Amino acid sequence: MRHAPVLAAVLVAMWLVLNDTLAPGQVLLGVLCALVLGGWAARMRPLRPVLRRPHLALGLLWAVFVDILRSNIGVGRIVLGLVRRRVIHSGFLDIPIDLHDPHGLAVLATIITSTPGTVWVDHDPGRRVLRLHILDLADEASWIRLIKERYERPLIRIFQS
Amino acid sequence: MTGIDSPWVAVPVALLLLAGGLLTLVGSIGLLRLRDFQARMHGASMGGTLGLGCVIVAAVIGASAAAGRFMPHALLITVFVVMTAPATAMLLMRASLYRARAKSAAAPQDVIER
Repeated sequence: MRHAPVLAAVLVAMWLVLNDTLAPGQVLLGVLCALVLGGWAARMRPLRPVLRRPHLALGLLWAVFVDILRSNIGVGRIVLGLVRRRVIHSGFLDIPIDLHDPHGLAVLATIITSTPGTVWVDHDPGRRVLRLHILDLADEASWIRLIKERYERPLIRIFQS
Repeated sequence: MTGIDSPWVAVPVALLLLAGGLLTLVGSIGLLRLRDFQARMHGASMGGTLGLGCVIVAAVIGASAAAGRFMPHALLITVFVVMTAPATAMLLMRASLYRARAKSAAAPQDVIER
């Protein structure tokens, strides 16, 4: 708990929801599990995230939700051939990136990979370049704008400055 | 009629299940139709995001109506999937790139040895 209070609290809440109870015995068991597991997890991960503006995560979550809806429809149309005979080129796209906080990058990787149509491939911390694989690479500039303005900017404000 | 039998519950649950199934089906068709491994990964992620999301919302509505109280348990699946699915997708993507690189590096060596 000393090392990861939020993780321990989330584990207790998850334990109680999964068991569908607030019985004292289960609360005790959950707290015990959370303390032991939270302690182990904290030892495995020496870095601790610093959330500077956590409230921005709500807006980001909404943006990601909307983008997942949109990209599912987009990929579905490509798969079913509903693209008016336009030829779809898929390929890799390199994006210069200023985000360097490891937790911010982990969230960005999760967002990009969870959205159909884009998959995270690699990040070069030396050159500060992010490589993605994109299913419909028609408009590179709009992809770069999407990643940088919709995802990277709020993540920098949440995790970095 | 109460609970899960009421049309106000049954119809949205059925529509959500249908939508989830259709999205997953289209994603799976993508596995057949898309050209290379990297492109096929985008099809696979359709079922894992919106397809799964529709089924989860249907499960929450259905279970809540059946139990007569709010049952959010299925929403935890979202947390587990968000934590695990992207990691496997990235591992697969990197493995495919590594294999492609190993193949292209091996090709000229063969020529030299012959």
